[in-house]
Amino acid sequence: MTALIECRDLVKTYTMGDMTIRALDGVSLTIEEGEYVAIMGSSGSGKSTFMNLLGALDRPTSGMLKVAGEDLGTLGPEEVARFRNRTIGFVFQQFNLLPRTSAVENVALPLVYGGVPNAERQRRALVRLEQLGLGKRTDHQPSQLSGGQQQRVAIARALVNDPKILLADEPTGALDSKTSDDIMAVFDQLNREGITVILVTHEQEVADHARRQIVFRDGKVVEDRT
Amino acid sequence: MNLLASIRVALTALRINALRSSLAMLGVIIGVASVIVLVSISEGTKQAVEAQISSFGANLLIVRPGTSMFGGRRGGGGTGTPVTDGDAEAIRDQISGIDGVSGEVNASSQSVVFGGVNWSTGLTGVNPDFFEIRDWVIEEGRAFTVEEEQSARRLAVVGQTIIDEVFDGANPVGQSLRIGGQQFEVIGTVAAKGQTSFGSDQDDVVFAPLSTVRQRFGASETPTVRDPVQTIYVAVGDGESTGRVIADIQDLLRLRRGIQPGAEDDFNVSSLAEFIRARNETESQLGLLLAVGAGIVLLVGGIGIMNIMLVSVTERTREIGLRLAVGARASDIRNQFLIESIVLCVTGGLIGLVVGVGGTIAYANVGELDIAVNPGIVAIAIGASAFVGVFFGLYPAHRAARLNPIEALRFE
Repeated sequence: MTALIECRDLVKTYTMGDMTIRALDGVSLTIEEGEYVAIMGSSGSGKSTFMNLLGALDRPTSGMLKVAGEDLGTLGPEEVARFRNRTIGFVFQQFNLLPRTSAVENVALPLVYGGVPNAERQRRALVRLEQLGLGKRTDHQPSQLSGGQQQRVAIARALVNDPKILLADEPTGALDSKTSDDIMAVFDQLNREGITVILVTHEQEVADHARRQIVFRDGKVVEDRT
Repeated sequence: MNLLASIRVALTALRINALRSSLAMLGVIIGVASVIVLVSISEGTKQAVEAQISSFGANLLIVRPGTSMFGGRRGGGGTGTPVTDGDAEAIRDQISGIDGVSGEVNASSQSVVFGGVNWSTGLTGVNPDFFEIRDWVIEEGRAFTVEEEQSARRLAVVGQTIIDEVFDGANPVGQSLRIGGQQFEVIGTVAAKGQTSFGSDQDDVVFAPLSTVRQRFGASETPTVRDPVQTIYVAVGDGESTGRVIADIQDLLRLRRGIQPGAEDDFNVSSLAEFIRARNETESQLGLLLAVGAGIVLLVGGIGIMNIMLVSVTERTREIGLRLAVGARASDIRNQFLIESIVLCVTGGLIGLVVGVGGTIAYANVGELDIAVNPGIVAIAIGASAFVGVFFGLYPAHRAARLNPIEALRFE
């Protein structure tokens, strides 16, 4: 296995008024390709900041962060957009689907920014929806779908561009426990198929699906168990 | 993301908020429509003025006597010492850059008799140049020659109203006509000119050689001047300076009339075109003012667009965050909102175009004006609304493009 994510002395500080908050305070770790990782910690522990850095939604203040061979501290705006588009698949707690837009159009959205022609976008989006068991709901709008179905559409969207990493931020946070189990089964299956899955969660039950648990507290890694 | 896909995304977004989009468009619709109506009307008025000027003869100068003084009281215009045939001759011979000169004398209310028909009209005595100068087109027959004028032949050229009323619409050339009890031969007719803007019928007219009218009807005769005329018309040549010709004529007439240096002219040389243009100057300035008003409406419409785009950006903050997370560049986001704003404005502009053209046509029908809608208006409508779209869409689009993806995704 090769190192997919590598970080050394990673620091992220925020300035709020005249206070400086060290959201990440020297984090060093390595995640290999194909791993199934849960990032845990209470609110304010730095786990969300870490996820934002991994997904290139934010930039490290200092330290080194390499994801899939790219040094995220040095990427220009064009390269950042390309990285988010190709390397990362995001899944959010609130699904973040476009309202009044069909499931298939929602899934195809990353391909629009990837410059994929329309016919090919439709084809690939339909394949992913089929894979997630929504082959019969491709023309439904988010408001016509249940929470679990919406999250499946969001996962299909995250997968449509064949990313290296699936980054899921509290993916079951808005779902009931039965549906949560279904969604977690989807992540388990995707990881078995070889994709690297990183869950950000504060629920032990969700974290137990992962094979490795990294616990953050006050911007530092305090536990890293497999 | 290519342009076509962006336009499709923009149209979808606008359709989703159809009511709000149409209300936002209203300002642009009204602005563009009023610009079109006002530009068309002012354009139409200008054309009407030019048509009026050319019906008088575009480069026409009018020479008339000044006012007379009776015991310290000033009489009306044209009551001073008359201008004369001699003056007209001198102008023709000595002033350069003119196309023609004609005197005019009038014998009003002459009875015209043909067969059993009796009609009263004005008899106008002119030189042969007159027809050319005043833009009277000979339709049938011919005008009289210089020789016929000088030998005071009893020849007549008649207007359309005379043909209709006296000859019952038949071609009168070669017919014998009694005017004021004397036999005239009709040798030609002139094309109709219609009414003046003051409502008098220009076609109710009979032209005859100037010397004929003076000798046989005693028109314009005064005890002191042998060969008076009421008016001298001068046509300025194409490309010649009207001001220079006026100055030359003034110098010549001062000399002929023996006016001392420093004394005032006792005659007038005026340009009819300039008089009409001056009269209409006020109207066109009013038109300009209205056009500025329409421009302000368009500006207010643009501000409405900007407002709605800012609301849209705020409302769709999470969408923007998501688009950034799945690989949109800041420029993609900016273009998306800019295109939305342009689509909104151009759609409004097209509706405004239809409303404006319809309004212009309705106005033309009601006012019985001849207003042509300039095809360039279409370009103006689309251009102006697209400009408003870009100008007022730029700031909201810029704001959308600068959003931080993390904060945008978290936005409630």
